[in-house]
Amino acid sequence: MWIAYKTIVIKEILRFSRIWVQTIFPPIITTSLYLLIFGGLMGERIGRMQEVDYLHFIIPGIILMTVIQNAYANTVASFFLAKFNHSIEELLVSPVSHWVILLGYISGGVARGFAVGLGVFAAVSFFVDFTINNIFITFTIFLLTAILFSLAGFINAVFAKSFDDISIVPTFILLPMIYLGGMFYSIDILPEFWQELSKFNPIYYMVDAFRLGFLGSSNSDLSTSILVLLLMIFILAVVAFYLLKRGINIKA
Amino acid sequence: MPIALKISKLCKIYDNKLSALKSIDLQVSQGDFFALLGSNGAGKTTAIGIICGLLNKTSGRIEVLGFDQDLQTNQVKKLIGLMPQEFNFNPFEPIEEILLNQAGYYGISRSKSKPNAEILLKKMQLWSKRFDMAKSLSGGMKRRLMLARALIHQPKILILDEPTAGVDVEIRHSMWAYLQTLNQQGMTIILTTHYLEEAESLCRNIAILNEGKVVEQTSMNKLLAKISQQTLILESLEVLPKQINVDFGIKILDENSFEITLESGLNLNLVMEKLSAQGVNISYVRSSKNRLETLFLNLTGKN
Repeated sequence: MWIAYKTIVIKEILRFSRIWVQTIFPPIITTSLYLLIFGGLMGERIGRMQEVDYLHFIIPGIILMTVIQNAYANTVASFFLAKFNHSIEELLVSPVSHWVILLGYISGGVARGFAVGLGVFAAVSFFVDFTINNIFITFTIFLLTAILFSLAGFINAVFAKSFDDISIVPTFILLPMIYLGGMFYSIDILPEFWQELSKFNPIYYMVDAFRLGFLGSSNSDLSTSILVLLLMIFILAVVAFYLLKRGINIKA
Repeated sequence: MPIALKISKLCKIYDNKLSALKSIDLQVSQGDFFALLGSNGAGKTTAIGIICGLLNKTSGRIEVLGFDQDLQTNQVKKLIGLMPQEFNFNPFEPIEEILLNQAGYYGISRSKSKPNAEILLKKMQLWSKRFDMAKSLSGGMKRRLMLARALIHQPKILILDEPTAGVDVEIRHSMWAYLQTLNQQGMTIILTTHYLEEAESLCRNIAILNEGKVVEQTSMNKLLAKISQQTLILESLEVLPKQINVDFGIKILDENSFEITLESGLNLNLVMEKLSAQGVNISYVRSSKNRLETLFLNLTGKN
């Protein structure tokens, strides 16, 4: 089982590394531009947020956004393509358990999230002088978030029947949730109704906890954020495993 | 002879209510070279898909070398190597990677599978292309890659679904020779093909599927012995006489060739003697239709 798991993970890492111009490089450029425009040029006019200057405030959210998008993109694209070109059959005919297949794809998503997150972090460090307040919290939230969105990408890939289907969720659901999850602002500045509504957005908890790891300050309780993440991971893992075991949209 | 594959009452009804397999029973002995024939839509690929775990069955039982597919799924999968009909590898992966990954899925480490991958790629004349992306290979090369991949974990049973479709004659014959060697080494081979001469020359036993049912399962020799007549085309280098007086039916095709139908009691020696007596010298004899093809069409009611 270990060899099979390792094989899937290596295959996934090689897949996105081979096309690094499409997978690793663009998020680094995009986020550097975000920082330059929103943090550097507009940040001074916005002033301070959550007791730090705006540039430092948005860095954790921007890094986590790339982690979310890339972890999701990796599993959704890789698993859908495996279905599309039928190479998923290589796994189906072999004695690999469903858990190992799922774990392998999720690990691939986490690996890409980590690679891109690290790349963005390095790019940000080049422009901005900052330190991570608590590396343990930062890494834990990164890991749980990457796992969660890799699972979400996997489920999307299972249901996807066309290339359109793998871009609908990231564009129309994921991106608005990220932007409205407090990536660019603290929910303190919102009217009370919108503050309460924001708390139904799971990404708010992730961004907030990640910001706690980076800056040492947050709006919500860390244990609540971790609980939300763990609960969602559990639910999505059970759903993904069920879909894989039943062979839905994979086996006729 | 121990049983390699035993299929009992296998049914498959797809979601669109298409009944692809209607309670089929099939038995393949260990070490056999077995042909599974049928026209398009007969259920061959469905049966193979279920045996290999690519499709869910509706009901029935499959045993592979004594292992129950439902209860000992992983043991069954380890024993089978599949070369499917459609290309089913990632075209953007280097071909050696495809083999090493497949071995990895079977729990074989890269260090252990590398020598075997080298042997197989050399055998398939793909070694020089091992670092190339699979998409750059020709159709025939892709088929050979799938054969190498099916063998990378050294299975006991090899299932080949249309292995030589789109492969040129030279490579086809070298593949046949290789498959025969594997079979002589003890590997059970199950083959589906549209080239009936391929089945006739390679396989010892045969099953014919038609509309989801097994209409015949016997040895190749017994099946061919059922042919009561055979149509031959005889060709002469000289122009044929205007009148050929023989006591069997002939059908003139052109000024150099004609067709005869061999029935019981009439053998080729007798035919040649009678034709020679008429001054007809035959240079070439060929079968009008493949013998198995004739039988196949009769059994499937498509003749």
